[in-house]
Amino acid sequence: MEKFQKLTGIAAPMPLVNIDTDMIIPKVFLKSIKRTGFGKNLFDEMRFNRDGTEIEDFVLNKTQYREAEILVAGDNFGCGSSREHAPWAIADFGIKSIISTSFADIFYNNCFKNGILPIIFPQEVVDVLMKDAEKGSNARMIVDLESQTVTTSDGEVFNFEVDAFKKHCLLEGLDDIGLSLEKVSSIEGFEEKIAQDRPWV
Amino acid sequence: MSGQTLYDKIWDAHIAHEAEDGTCLLYIDRHLVHEVTSAQAFEGLRMTGRKVRAPEKTIAVPDHNVPTTLDRADPTTMTPESRIQVEALDTNAKEFGVHYYPVSDVRQGIVHIVGPENGWTLPGMTVVCGDSHTATHGAFGSLAHGIGTSEVEHVLATQTLIQKKSKNMKVEITGKLKPGVTAKDITLAVIGATGTGGGTGYVIEYCGQAIRDLTMEGRMTVCNMAIEGGARAGLIAPDQTTYDYVKGRAHAPKGAQWDTALTWWKTLYSDDDAHWDKVVTLKGEEIEPVVTWGTSPEDVLPITGVVPAPESFEGGKVDAARRSIEYMGLEVGQKLSDIEIDTVFIGSCTNGRIEDLRAAAEILKGKKIKDGIRAMVVPGSGLVRAQAEEEGIADVFKEAGFEWRMAGCSMCLAMNPDQLSEGERCASTSNRNFEGRQGYKGRTHLVSPAMAAAAAVTGKLTDVRELM
Repeated sequence: MEKFQKLTGIAAPMPLVNIDTDMIIPKVFLKSIKRTGFGKNLFDEMRFNRDGTEIEDFVLNKTQYREAEILVAGDNFGCGSSREHAPWAIADFGIKSIISTSFADIFYNNCFKNGILPIIFPQEVVDVLMKDAEKGSNARMIVDLESQTVTTSDGEVFNFEVDAFKKHCLLEGLDDIGLSLEKVSSIEGFEEKIAQDRPWV
Repeated sequence: MSGQTLYDKIWDAHIAHEAEDGTCLLYIDRHLVHEVTSAQAFEGLRMTGRKVRAPEKTIAVPDHNVPTTLDRADPTTMTPESRIQVEALDTNAKEFGVHYYPVSDVRQGIVHIVGPENGWTLPGMTVVCGDSHTATHGAFGSLAHGIGTSEVEHVLATQTLIQKKSKNMKVEITGKLKPGVTAKDITLAVIGATGTGGGTGYVIEYCGQAIRDLTMEGRMTVCNMAIEGGARAGLIAPDQTTYDYVKGRAHAPKGAQWDTALTWWKTLYSDDDAHWDKVVTLKGEEIEPVVTWGTSPEDVLPITGVVPAPESFEGGKVDAARRSIEYMGLEVGQKLSDIEIDTVFIGSCTNGRIEDLRAAAEILKGKKIKDGIRAMVVPGSGLVRAQAEEEGIADVFKEAGFEWRMAGCSMCLAMNPDQLSEGERCASTSNRNFEGRQGYKGRTHLVSPAMAAAAAVTGKLTDVRELM
């Protein structure tokens, strides 16, 4: 996984609440057995007409947001399915950070496995960042994981919380399977114990 | 020190390693695998030269893509992409030596129906699957939740999951349900009350008399939709109903091991003085047969209600409701029981078990579906299908005019050919009414199996109590 670098980019506003995983990547695109190439189908039914032409007023089709690297979204982003195709599509499109008041649990975890930083702020902060995002491509937002801050184009700084272990893995681009396998003796010990205590498992 | 919740107890019994910051390696007792979210994980193992740590605890079955038509043994009934995915699971199951139920096996079905049915899911276990409806297995008093593909790979390689503990939420349903009200109505009513984000960060324990009175099938329906309320897992303490269901199943413990297991299972309940971070209580007798009107599972109202005005909501929900009503092609103030449908789907991991089919058949007995309605029953597994045929339920469906299909996820998520066309409206026993969920521009109303059967007979959303 790539290391998460300090990000200075365009933020796209998506104020809709409950943006679900079927919106992010409709199931017709889940049939690939690869992890890449999903970006072209991100938000497919919101972004494209049936004939493949773009829906003009969808935010990521607007000239100023085509290169967006940050999404500022409504409450409960990523609800629904566990499909990791959702963060794969988001990352493949080029979005590296998503800001909302809340995320669905599974989606939130999936983001960290794919180099995407989901950031939770209270409603009043999201409102400020949404306004900032609405300014378009002349406004650049800064997301700094190291200092746990988001800075608006006006220089207003907001601090956010993130789990220390998740932060570490994202900053260093670590493979968490490798990290867990370093603890294999603990796993073996646990397996021996349950073989005694709960042999039916 | 206060007592422990059921979740606390299962959690403590599965910590293989705990770091100073509370990050744990949680040991996984059962890993269920299907074709859509596993190919990339197996490929990851191959690329890094890793093996499946516990193939004997890993159970794979194709369900999302498989056709449900009787001729599905013919591989040309699948699109090339679907076939590649199913074949990849065939190959991976064989190569990594995990338990496997191929499409040709009578035990094949939806992964969350296959697990319990074959005794893989047992009380006190940790169960994961690359599917959000893994919460279903919580009905047995196991800690069960959905994971992403990277986590699937992590579990395959280490048999553990990196986790921090969630908070405890109690959802109590007191009293008795009224006739015509089912487990599906309970779980939808809870989501209607708490919202789709109400359970985020929590593990829910469902309790109370109305939950105790449910069969295992009903309990699975309730836990199945915990994820729609935002909770990663929902669970119900095991009791005699649970033990009776589990006993004698293929992979359940037997003989002396059964006795040891039972002794431990009987300790799996929340202590009276356990700490709850959030408590929600609903009165069972106040729950009505419900339907969804919008495109979020929280858009729930009693069938006696009307389409609400967007302005009756707050914040971002106002715009979301406006969008939903437009998408669903409804009018504000329209009676829900006046909404005409053209499709009925009975099935899914929410409502594809034998009891669900019995409940629908009870309404359909001696009746015909309305002319022009397309109605489909997709049993949750080959075993459910066989049992329904033995009980004569299949004949009731067929005589009423339903299509009697083979097992799979089918129109719940429409990855196989079972889909809605643009603008079609479906009374569905599935779990998600998202935009496009059952087909591009398709419109979904979530209901119980009995309500779906009633809608098939009248051609519109219907209060099932009028047909009882």
